[in-house]
Amino acid sequence: MFTGPEIESVFAELGITHVVWIPDTSIGPWEASLAGSSRLRLIRVCREGEAWPLAAGLHLGGQTPLVLMQTTGLFESGDALRNVLFDLKLPIYSLIGVRNWLVPQSRDTAKTFAEPILGAWGLNCQWIADPADKPKLAEHYRRCRAAGIPGVALMAEGAP
Amino acid sequence: MRTLNDIPVVEALRVLADLCCDDQIVVTNQGSSRIWPNLRRRSLDFHYNPSTMSGAIPLALGLALAQPQREVLVVSGDGSLLMSLGSLVTVVGSGVTNLTIVLLDNGLYEVTGGQETPAARSAVDYAGLARAAGFPSSVEFRDLAEWRAQAADVLTLSGPRFVRLVVSTAPPESLTGSTPTLAEQLASLRLSLSNELTVSHSAP
Repeated sequence: MFTGPEIESVFAELGITHVVWIPDTSIGPWEASLAGSSRLRLIRVCREGEAWPLAAGLHLGGQTPLVLMQTTGLFESGDALRNVLFDLKLPIYSLIGVRNWLVPQSRDTAKTFAEPILGAWGLNCQWIADPADKPKLAEHYRRCRAAGIPGVALMAEGAP
Repeated sequence: MRTLNDIPVVEALRVLADLCCDDQIVVTNQGSSRIWPNLRRRSLDFHYNPSTMSGAIPLALGLALAQPQREVLVVSGDGSLLMSLGSLVTVVGSGVTNLTIVLLDNGLYEVTGGQETPAARSAVDYAGLARAAGFPSSVEFRDLAEWRAQAADVLTLSGPRFVRLVVSTAPPESLTGSTPTLAEQLASLRLSLSNELTVSHSAP
């Protein structure tokens, strides 16, 4: 979908200061661009459940973090997400890679449960399903920031 | 192995509360978040409840990264740390030096009634785990007098720092104090951080 330089440019132009991530095979190739960026900092966590409170601390400290992970990590980190977005009510934005979304015959449950779970949480979501959707990431991020709410960009991925 | 001589947890925290400087951020959760407000109240204290267990250390790490000019102290229980031992690796990997983790190790899930953690009957070397994760400073105390005597020096060791305190269970009355609401705390913390940031940015 995005190249590393493209996503670094989008994030930097949005004013994102820190990307808190665990990579997957689609997001992983962005590492060199994100780690090498002079405009933002890549923060590596060991487990997705760390990503949300870490982003919360960054946000409370005056920074502008983004959480970046795959749907499997989203599922793993559900309680941390719940606490940060709903108990603390912090408008943290995330970009979630949806594994196998672009594989029609796939019965991967990491794809099946992505939308229902985000729907259950009532989170404001935006699909980035094909290259023509790429501008929607920045548009959606800006709308969420203006509204002071968390948002989720769902990025369609192929097979791992 | 637990002993009757474990450090009384309220006194263990009182040592820290007395040593805190004005511009230090303090993050507590679970049991410590109920005890600390009875000892001291500061606008840079954040009593992270309702929290997600294991979330206090990453949240404090985020604050430390965002506010590198300021020391951040986080108090975690052993049950919370066990849920995310990898957070020790994340802390070191982040490169922060302005973070101190104080582990209150009583071998129990205290706020749920005192059930044992999986580590309660073994001799988990938490300070050793922190050293193995790369913490340049990792110490432990089992005696209140020693903790009192050395705490100030420990807090100036090279960061990030890890301190394990082997503590007793909290007296029930120490867990009943009132804590400011989360909304009040967030507003106070944000205001304090933004005010002081403005001052520091405008300084010559």
